Amino acid sequence: MAHHAMLIEDEPHITEAIRFLLSRDGWQVSALRDGGEAEAAVRAARPDLLILDLMLPGRSGLEILSALRADAEFAALPVMMLTAKGQGRDREAAERAGANLFMAKPFSNAEFVAAARSLVPVTDPASGGGA
Amino acid sequence: MPFNLLVLACLSYAILLFAIAFAAERNMQAGAARWLRSPLVYTLSLSIYCTAWTFYGAVGYAARSGLEFATIYLGPTLVFVGWWWILRKLVRIGRRQRVTSIADMISSRYGKSNLLGVIVTVMCVVAATPYIALQLQSVTLSFGVFATAGTYGWALPDTNSTALWVAVGLALFTILFGTRNLDANEQHTGIVTAIAVEAVVKLVALLAVGIYVVWVLADGPVDIFERINASALADWELIPSRWTGLIALSAAAVLCLPRMFQVLVVECSDERNLATASWAFPLYLAAMSIFVVPIAVVGLQMLPAGANPDLFVLTLPLSQGQGGLAMLAFLGGFSSATSMVIVASIALSTMVSNHIVMPLWLSLRPTREVTGDVRRLVLHARRFSIAGVLGLGYLYYSLSGGSAALAAIGLISFVGVAQMLPAMLGAIFWRGATRVGASAGLCIGFAVWAYTLFLPSFGPGGVYSLSMFMEGPFGIGWLRPQALFGVAGMDPLIHALFWSLSLNTVAFAIGSLVSFPTPVERVQGLAFVNVFDTERTEPLAWETGQVETEELLKLAQRILGDEQALTFFEHAAAEQGTGGYLPDPTPEFLDALERKLAGAVGAAAAHAMIAELAGRARVTVADLMRVADETAQIMEYSGRLEAQRAEMERTARQLREANEKLTQLSIQKDAFLSQISHELRTPMTSIRAFSEILMEGDVPPEVASGQARIIHEEAIRLTRLLDDLLDLSVLENGTVQLDLRLASLNELIDRALRSAAQVRPERVFTIWRDLPSEALFLRTDPDRLSQVFINLVSNSRKYCDAARPELRINVKQRGARVIVDFIDNGSGIPKDKQQIIFEKFARLSDQTRAGGAGLGLAICREIMANLGGTIAYLPAQGGAAFRVTLPLRLEKHPFADAA
Repeated sequence: MAHHAMLIEDEPHITEAIRFLLSRDGWQVSALRDGGEAEAAVRAARPDLLILDLMLPGRSGLEILSALRADAEFAALPVMMLTAKGQGRDREAAERAGANLFMAKPFSNAEFVAAARSLVPVTDPASGGGA
Repeated sequence: MPFNLLVLACLSYAILLFAIAFAAERNMQAGAARWLRSPLVYTLSLSIYCTAWTFYGAVGYAARSGLEFATIYLGPTLVFVGWWWILRKLVRIGRRQRVTSIADMISSRYGKSNLLGVIVTVMCVVAATPYIALQLQSVTLSFGVFATAGTYGWALPDTNSTALWVAVGLALFTILFGTRNLDANEQHTGIVTAIAVEAVVKLVALLAVGIYVVWVLADGPVDIFERINASALADWELIPSRWTGLIALSAAAVLCLPRMFQVLVVECSDERNLATASWAFPLYLAAMSIFVVPIAVVGLQMLPAGANPDLFVLTLPLSQGQGGLAMLAFLGGFSSATSMVIVASIALSTMVSNHIVMPLWLSLRPTREVTGDVRRLVLHARRFSIAGVLGLGYLYYSLSGGSAALAAIGLISFVGVAQMLPAMLGAIFWRGATRVGASAGLCIGFAVWAYTLFLPSFGPGGVYSLSMFMEGPFGIGWLRPQALFGVAGMDPLIHALFWSLSLNTVAFAIGSLVSFPTPVERVQGLAFVNVFDTERTEPLAWETGQVETEELLKLAQRILGDEQALTFFEHAAAEQGTGGYLPDPTPEFLDALERKLAGAVGAAAAHAMIAELAGRARVTVADLMRVADETAQIMEYSGRLEAQRAEMERTARQLREANEKLTQLSIQKDAFLSQISHELRTPMTSIRAFSEILMEGDVPPEVASGQARIIHEEAIRLTRLLDDLLDLSVLENGTVQLDLRLASLNELIDRALRSAAQVRPERVFTIWRDLPSEALFLRTDPDRLSQVFINLVSNSRKYCDAARPELRINVKQRGARVIVDFIDNGSGIPKDKQQIIFEKFARLSDQTRAGGAGLGLAICREIMANLGGTIAYLPAQGGAAFRVTLPLRLEKHPFADAA
């Protein structure tokens, strides 16, 4: 079964690009643009990977991450942080909050997909389904 | 002796005096003839104390009251011998402060108050008027003596017209020599010299008559003593109260009489002259009085019983056929009268012009700038004042009929001027004396004098009725003019002297004790009372750099005359080492200039003029510090420490503020860069991702075209962001080029609505406008203004969340400004966000993002600033509401001056 990646991102074009990239790589992608609703959605959907933008309307990515990490159930959830600011300060803050990986915008498609795979143990989802 | 010969002699004598005065002025200007300012001339000039009253009246006084006449000379003798230090202090103060008259001195001491100057001036004029009348009377009487005794049958000339001609002649002489120029020292060398000559003439004349009487008419001193013992004079009794009173009175008068103050203080060129005068002047007085009693006794014996003893000096030689001696005596009397009138009218005219005419002119002129020739104004004022003073004297003479005895008139004047004594002595010895006290004392003393002595002098039926004398005003007995408070039986003169001076002194003391001196009074009080200790204490220091020297030069030229002013300024510039005609306005220079001008227009007026030019009519804290005598040093020291501490605190605060500002700037810069980075990276992310996908080439064509469209959109978004940033930068720097022209507001709004319709075209907006109010033509940059309008309308289209969106556009004109309001019916902007919406990258994150970078309103704000207007959020309008205010006619770039 395909891994489930949940994307919280307010820029529709970026959401579209990531959805395209991950779907092509065999992921099941769900997306959300509002930070306020993100935590509840994550708890409900229990994704295999959470991709979280740093600056979001409603609630910042760091806050969402801190809230999830405080819960033992989500302490091990793989989380990738995205940011458009790309400053060292943001990276540190993200790592402190418990992000597994930090990715600066803009990114290379290949790198992004590789990073997503590195966070979730993948058994070549593309071929696994066919056997 | 023919009467016309007498007139001729008078005229020749006057011409001689004229020549002497003229030559003296010439010599003085040439810098030669130092003797003109010698102690001898100074002492002789003091002899104007001895007027015609002394010359003729002393003999009459002796014939009537025996030795009492001597009190009039004993008073001044006591002052010059015993109270020499008072005179020295007066002279020192007079020279230090460039005092021009007694009124100026009192006004200057009491805070340069012109009110006091006016009071003293009026008092002096009133008191001097009978005195001048007395001189006119004596000259007229002496003319009359010659006319009646004439053997050629000359009719008695009309005494009134004689007095008139004498008055006119004296006025001319005084105007010619007293107002030739405005000297800063107010010294009149020519006149002083002429007066010294007259002093010699009157002394010689009186001595000649005396010698003639003692050694020709009588058989020497022994015979004279026998005659005195045989005469009624021997029965004379000394009345102690009257004797003391008169000595005190004449002592006061010699200090306070305006003419004595003039020669004693104002004309004094060297303080050392006073040392000589202190013994020489009493000797002169003694010489003037030594033959008084012999002449009186011999006159009483030899002349018919009805003869006027006031004229014995003339009639005795004349009755013996000694025409030449009589002529000499006549010239002596003439000298006494003229010298007194000349000096008195100069002194009084200086006071009148400085304390009444100049202040009036200063307050009545339309602008504060000094226009016109002040110098000529002052000189004219002096001339008219001289004529006025003599006119008053003549008027008094013709009204009083010249009947009263000479000595009585003189004493009335003496009591009048003696009223200034408390204020004057207080001025130089008592630092606690104040303006209020001085005014009260002077006014009360003067009123009592007028009530008890001056007005009664016109006799019953004159000013007062007989019943007024007997029963008091309205029958109030204790107010009887010559028996105040029921003290009857006192000599009227002593009564008036006692009450006026007592009440004067009491009022002065109480007034001074209950009132508080003003700062200027305290400064001046210190300068007057401590004139000997504080050698370099300037009366009132000016501060540097508040006044244009050129303005001062203009002022000085108008008062001193072009040449004098230029010379003074040139000297001052040379002393400062700058050269040219414009010295720096240092405190020392301003002080010197104030003193120089004070010589011409008086201390109060000069101070007011410079204060106006210096823009400072008040005393500074620094002045007050100087006044605080004993603690001044400590106060200044602690003041300096305090100032230093305050200065350091101020610096520290400024540094802290600067630091905070820099920190703020740094934080703002970081935030700005971070925001720009974010705004650039976001579109770049989509562009990179999709372009990489497209490059791989295995995407179906319809998906590929959708992705290409996204790339295109994001590229446009990037361009717009860069455009906005550049626009903002240009607007913020004020380097934007405005294209100012006339534009119809109505069309601008039309254009804005059309352009903004592209934003969310699917929404149907109701627009409310009032077209007539929009019929305005603005002079502005129409493109920039519509940029603002488009932004506001677009924002409304984007963010108005009402189900049936409406936009209301209101236009109002307020004077030269136009107000345009854009109000929609959405939920508006929350209160806490209203402040930040105009900041760069301020985006209300909760709201739908429509591709803007959050720079729109920031750009609007900058545009409006460039158009000389403002943009603001209007709270509580039932929706989002923005108010644009701008000038109806923008004439130039509002930042043009700053650039």
